[in-house]
Amino acid sequence: MLKILKYSFYDMMRSRWIYLYFGFFFAFTLSLFLISTDLSKVVVSLMNVILILCPLIATMFGVMYYYNSREFTELLLAQPIARRVIFLGQYIGLALSLSLSLLAGVGIPFALYGIFQSADIWNFFSLLLNGVFLSFIFSGIAFWIALKNDQQKIRGFGLALAVWLFFAVIYDGIFLLLLLSFSDYPLERFALGASMFNPIDLSRITVLLQLDISALMGYTGAVFQQFLGNGTGMLFAFGVLTLWLLLPLWRIGRIARVKDF
Amino acid sequence: MRNLLFVPLFLLPMYSFANVIMVCKQCPVTGIGAAIQLAEEGDTILVKRGIYQEFDIKIDKCLTLIGQDWPVVEGGNQSEVFSITAPGVVLEGFQIQNTGASQSQERAGIRVKNTSDFRIRRNRLLNTYFGIYLEYSREGIVENNYIKGEAVSETSSGNAVHAWYCKQITVRGNNVYGHRDGIYFEFVDSSWISHNYSEANVRYGLHFMFSNDDRYFHNTFRRNGSGVAVMFSKRIDMLSNRFEHNWGTAAYGLLLKEIYDASISDNHFERNTIGIFMEGAARIKYENNTFSNNGVTLKMMGGCIANHFKRNYFFSNTLDLVVEGNTNDNSFDGNYWSEYTGYDLNRDGVGDVPYRPVKLFAYVMHRCPESVVLLRSFFVDLLNLSEKISPAFTPANVLDNEPLMHPVS
Repeated sequence: MLKILKYSFYDMMRSRWIYLYFGFFFAFTLSLFLISTDLSKVVVSLMNVILILCPLIATMFGVMYYYNSREFTELLLAQPIARRVIFLGQYIGLALSLSLSLLAGVGIPFALYGIFQSADIWNFFSLLLNGVFLSFIFSGIAFWIALKNDQQKIRGFGLALAVWLFFAVIYDGIFLLLLLSFSDYPLERFALGASMFNPIDLSRITVLLQLDISALMGYTGAVFQQFLGNGTGMLFAFGVLTLWLLLPLWRIGRIARVKDF
Repeated sequence: MRNLLFVPLFLLPMYSFANVIMVCKQCPVTGIGAAIQLAEEGDTILVKRGIYQEFDIKIDKCLTLIGQDWPVVEGGNQSEVFSITAPGVVLEGFQIQNTGASQSQERAGIRVKNTSDFRIRRNRLLNTYFGIYLEYSREGIVENNYIKGEAVSETSSGNAVHAWYCKQITVRGNNVYGHRDGIYFEFVDSSWISHNYSEANVRYGLHFMFSNDDRYFHNTFRRNGSGVAVMFSKRIDMLSNRFEHNWGTAAYGLLLKEIYDASISDNHFERNTIGIFMEGAARIKYENNTFSNNGVTLKMMGGCIANHFKRNYFFSNTLDLVVEGNTNDNSFDGNYWSEYTGYDLNRDGVGDVPYRPVKLFAYVMHRCPESVVLLRSFFVDLLNLSEKISPAFTPANVLDNEPLMHPVS
């Protein structure tokens, strides 16, 4: 599996898209620093971008990569290698290179502007960790979709885009609608539960709890603060993110086993 | 010439009339109470280092009491320690501790009653129920005291500095911790509160009730249940104070309720759940205040009339303004808002497009507080954007017509 991982990783590293991705984050973070030297402000601005862009790019890249490397996959399938190993290797290679682009693109400007001396270092790390998680989760989902529709490229792309749109926008819209229409009832637990079912929301809340604490502490925010604000809550949140990560992996493994290529 | 010199020499004994009475364990006088009994008007009592198990010490003559090297006056949880009823008393340098709690007596470390011209300076009050309790008194100073209580709940604790029906008093440079209210004013007029530090009090750092024409400046209020509450008062000036880290489900930096004709300027509000909460606040000027990293910066409830915000600076607050009900004739012109995205074509430092401090999400969050989980999500940003372009839900007349492009330092 390591060998396949290495191949697909190098393959990705040769693609100019990955450099574009890296270049975008690098330029974006750097320009944020030029506008403001306040690290925590930069973290907030970056959060919005990472939470939207990481899943989008990961989904699109995931689908694209699968369809583009189909011939190579067929070649590999002809070899005496376990199918699970092939797909997992490809997936991890892809997600790893995406995460590296993100880490380097955001990390280098931060290191230049002295994050390691700053008190905001934990906000920064939790932001990056969430970014990496989102890259892995959404490229996994993309791989799963592509694997399922490996004959229908358009359908695969469309579905992947729809999934991203659902988690990034539509889910929150439905969420808000539900909150507003049931606002006469106590909703803290529902709100907490519902945010677990969307990895983007979950990431956002874990990052926000360290940034906008004062707002979240008010009103019902205390519930979230109590639950997610401490160490165990954080672990729980990352545990749920790991579950989100395992879901596409499990599906990929299963499809790889039963699919007739 | 000789006669002229003689006159002042002749008068000298009149000035040195006052005696000094020493109090210590080896002295002829070993108790503070006993010394006061011996003393005559205008005397000075010097209390040396030691522990004095005394309470209910009544200072009913014009005396100066000075503690040297922090003599400890131990109330032993029995009763009040000092009570001053004569004018012109100076009390300085004592460590006063353990009055014990009593709801009916409102025990205090130092009580000042029906008098004037008192000076309470540089004392330490530890674990007193009320720290310094002033009633029906005027023209006195409470200065540089350190008052630390062990309050747990509002109902079982007293205030560090408590003033009731007083006039022209000055509360200056005190450090107050762990009481119900740091400083409490009820029916106190024409008084000044300055350079105090008030932290970790259960209810408010500073609390005004029915007090008029007062002024507080250069104070810091930190990590209190709420920073400062000004209620049912008129003509209060609030200048150059810091309101910091007041976090919690009902925590405000500054709470204004039924207050008229106040001016609030040059203050800093940092990291409060709600920066300023106003209800029934009328004719108030807010100038040169800085609000940074607050949750809800300004929350305006009903009955707020003629609040004028000018040249205030809003940095990185989660929500700038939440308005409930009618906004009446409040104005928000000429402030700096870090979230302002307009342009300035003629480069005069004033944005050409008005800024709307009320976001749609603020309105949503007010209706359904749980929606705070969706804070800063893409969907909410989209909502805010569409509302910004064509306001439908947020009050159309809450505008800053002259938003500053840059904060002016």
